[in-house]
Amino acid sequence: MKLFDFWGGVHPAGQKHLSAEQAIQVLPMPSRLHVPLQQHTGRPAVPAVKVGQTVRKGQLLGREQGGVSASVHAPTSGVIVAIGDFTAPHVSGLPLPTITLESDGEDRWLEREPPPDPFALEPEEVAARIGEAGIVGMGGANFPAAVKLSKARQAKVHTLAVNGAECEPYMTCDDRLMRERAEHIVDGIRLMLHALQASNAVIAIEDNKPEAVASMKAACQPERQIRVVVVPSRYPAGSAKQLIQILTGLETPAGGRGTDTGVLVHNVGTAYAVHRALRQAHPLISRIITVTGGAVARPQNLEAPIGALVEDLLAFCGGAMEATSRLLMGGPMMGQPLPGTRVPIVKGTNGILALTAAEARLEATPSPCIRCGRCVEACPMGLMPLEMSKRARHDDLDGAEAFGLIDCISCGSCAYVCPSHIPLVQYFEYARGALEARQRAEQKVKETRRLLEQHQARLARAEQAKAEAAARRQAEKRQAKAKVGAAA
Amino acid sequence: MSLFPTSAPHAHAPDSVPRLMGLVLLAVAPATLYGIVLFGWPALNLLLVTILACLLCEAVCLRLAGHAVRPFLLDGSALLTGVLLALSLPPWAPWWIGAVGGFFAIVIGKQVFGGIGQNIFNPAMLARVALLVSFPVEMTLWLEPRPLFSSHAPGFLESLTITLGGISDIDAVSGATILGHIRTELGMARELGQILPGHYQAGTAALGWTGGSLGETADLLVLLGGLWLLWRRVMTWHVPVALLATVLVLAGGFHGLNPERFASPAVHLLSGSLMLGAFFIATDPVTSPTTKLGQLIFGAGCGALVYIIRTWGGYPEGVAFAVVLMNAATPLIDHYVRPRIYGRTWRGQSRPVPERAKRPPVGSGEAE
Repeated sequence: MKLFDFWGGVHPAGQKHLSAEQAIQVLPMPSRLHVPLQQHTGRPAVPAVKVGQTVRKGQLLGREQGGVSASVHAPTSGVIVAIGDFTAPHVSGLPLPTITLESDGEDRWLEREPPPDPFALEPEEVAARIGEAGIVGMGGANFPAAVKLSKARQAKVHTLAVNGAECEPYMTCDDRLMRERAEHIVDGIRLMLHALQASNAVIAIEDNKPEAVASMKAACQPERQIRVVVVPSRYPAGSAKQLIQILTGLETPAGGRGTDTGVLVHNVGTAYAVHRALRQAHPLISRIITVTGGAVARPQNLEAPIGALVEDLLAFCGGAMEATSRLLMGGPMMGQPLPGTRVPIVKGTNGILALTAAEARLEATPSPCIRCGRCVEACPMGLMPLEMSKRARHDDLDGAEAFGLIDCISCGSCAYVCPSHIPLVQYFEYARGALEARQRAEQKVKETRRLLEQHQARLARAEQAKAEAAARRQAEKRQAKAKVGAAA
Repeated sequence: MSLFPTSAPHAHAPDSVPRLMGLVLLAVAPATLYGIVLFGWPALNLLLVTILACLLCEAVCLRLAGHAVRPFLLDGSALLTGVLLALSLPPWAPWWIGAVGGFFAIVIGKQVFGGIGQNIFNPAMLARVALLVSFPVEMTLWLEPRPLFSSHAPGFLESLTITLGGISDIDAVSGATILGHIRTELGMARELGQILPGHYQAGTAALGWTGGSLGETADLLVLLGGLWLLWRRVMTWHVPVALLATVLVLAGGFHGLNPERFASPAVHLLSGSLMLGAFFIATDPVTSPTTKLGQLIFGAGCGALVYIIRTWGGYPEGVAFAVVLMNAATPLIDHYVRPRIYGRTWRGQSRPVPERAKRPPVGSGEAE
């Protein structure tokens, strides 16, 4: 298959050797699990249980609200001990509505029968079951998978691109999943193709994962419509827009969807979750997470229940927190700093990364831009980060927008190469936030003006009605007087 | 442990401004040393004077502007400006030429604009142009090579007299650069066939065994330094290649039309500061465009101006003027030359997906 190139990109040190050879280990069930009701894009799930209720493993904890939303399920059997706020895995450290479950140690499943032949189901029914299982995009996008599949089927997508690129440095969870559970992933892909009614699937894997490529190729052997393609290792090859560009040479139109190009991108982890949901009737209650970084004693790939705390995972990997200067959820290029270790992992968590000061290069302080243009060269979206940041810095939001602020995918390639160590992404996030706030404020002003105008129109109408009534009364009076006069 | 939240990315390429400046200084070091060997102690004195003047001016300006002095002084940019300035001066220029040049480069050329990254013109070239216009005699005093420790080279003490007091017997030492010679002789209606023999040999020109500015003569060393910078990815090929190619194409064309009037591409390539300008001057990131296409336009513009000034202008050499003129055009180039944004047309509208997207990619659906 002919591959195309994407623009820009960088070659950060992979550091995957730290955990790539560690086979997936199952994290021992923590005594308590904290399952946030919102782990996805869209509306949060609504609690379906009460405090004190006993639940089985896989039982529904929070029901999706319809539209873009996703359900959450019990990662083990036990008792609901709290429904309330708990620190979210987000920089802000703000709390999110969370269901806290105390494990009874028995890990008993809620018995449910998988369909005897999922391929006999209607495509819409397959998507519905994927939705019931609470599956979201496992590559970090967190968009409800069923919604994405249904919309893509309506858009007549012909190709499913399965993302096994894993271009983030340090991350090896997809690599291990592809090496160890290739057949299950391929089965999940076939099920997704059925749900999509699409003819082809392409599994894209970066060339730094030869074992995963071999294993996936072997698993695809009997499938004529599924093929493995090896893509060059260059960040951000695993970004959906760039992956589509690599596979088809096409660009997702600005403001459009990836499916406009006839391609739907799903992560290998999502395919695996789909397999579990339809073959074993298991909802999405665990995932593979890479726990790694120079500050972790024994980097590993763990199969951890959703809602386990970051500290549980770190403890299983030997801890070593003294050297940690930065703790992230996700990889170093796009990962989110965590407000602490007492935050739960969620469906979209692909890694926990504890970096030492040397790895995070904390000693570097920003200096003025020397206009070297490396950021322009590195940007996969064809933007000029130096111009955007210059404008964002001076609150020239229109200027930043004119240079393509809203097209930025926050991949961080520009900031990675900047010799002046300017935190470019931070400027863009700030400007985007300010732009949204301004748009909201403008919307509010417009709405207020509309209401005010309506109010004034109403007043004017009332005034007019009053005046007319008065005039009518006057006229009646005159008429009455005239009548009286005439009578007299 | 600090869990202070900061924005991604949390990894960084092993690059910094001081490191880049350091690599450029390393790349230009062989040509600098060669110039010092070629022209003796006075050249070393001049180099030290320009470096000191640049660093001193930088420190004073930073202090006056209320910036942190140390980090900026140590970023290597003022040091590099000092070196590049010395390389573009006549090797036996008196100390005050170096000092005034350093002042011009750093204060007028860089700090008035706001310091590193803010200047419009290449500081060293701006200083060279200002000096050339203000002190035409001192700035065109060229001499034949007199290598360090050779019989007719000045000793260390004598070099101090030259640097501090000026050259006592100008006629005894001065010569002409090949470009200057060509201009003078062409002006007297002679033809290149008569002018060049005895004055120009490609071999010596490439090795730099000829008169000229302190660091411009050793074309091979400059070229090697430049190629090393390309290999280390400190800069990209766009500016130097566009610049040299434009000069070669123009020189080749005109030389083909009239070889007796227009010097050959080889003469242009191996004389004056073309090579130094292509790899070390025009590539200054601050004063050149930031996009690849912009850099090609910029390089080609520099090359064309160099050829025009050398051939029809009032000065025998035009690299400094060409670079400064194109520096002035850089904001314009950056304004109009922008990359196309992914998913958008050149005009910025959403780019529709072509019809072929409706079909599966070629070759899929078949097993390998």
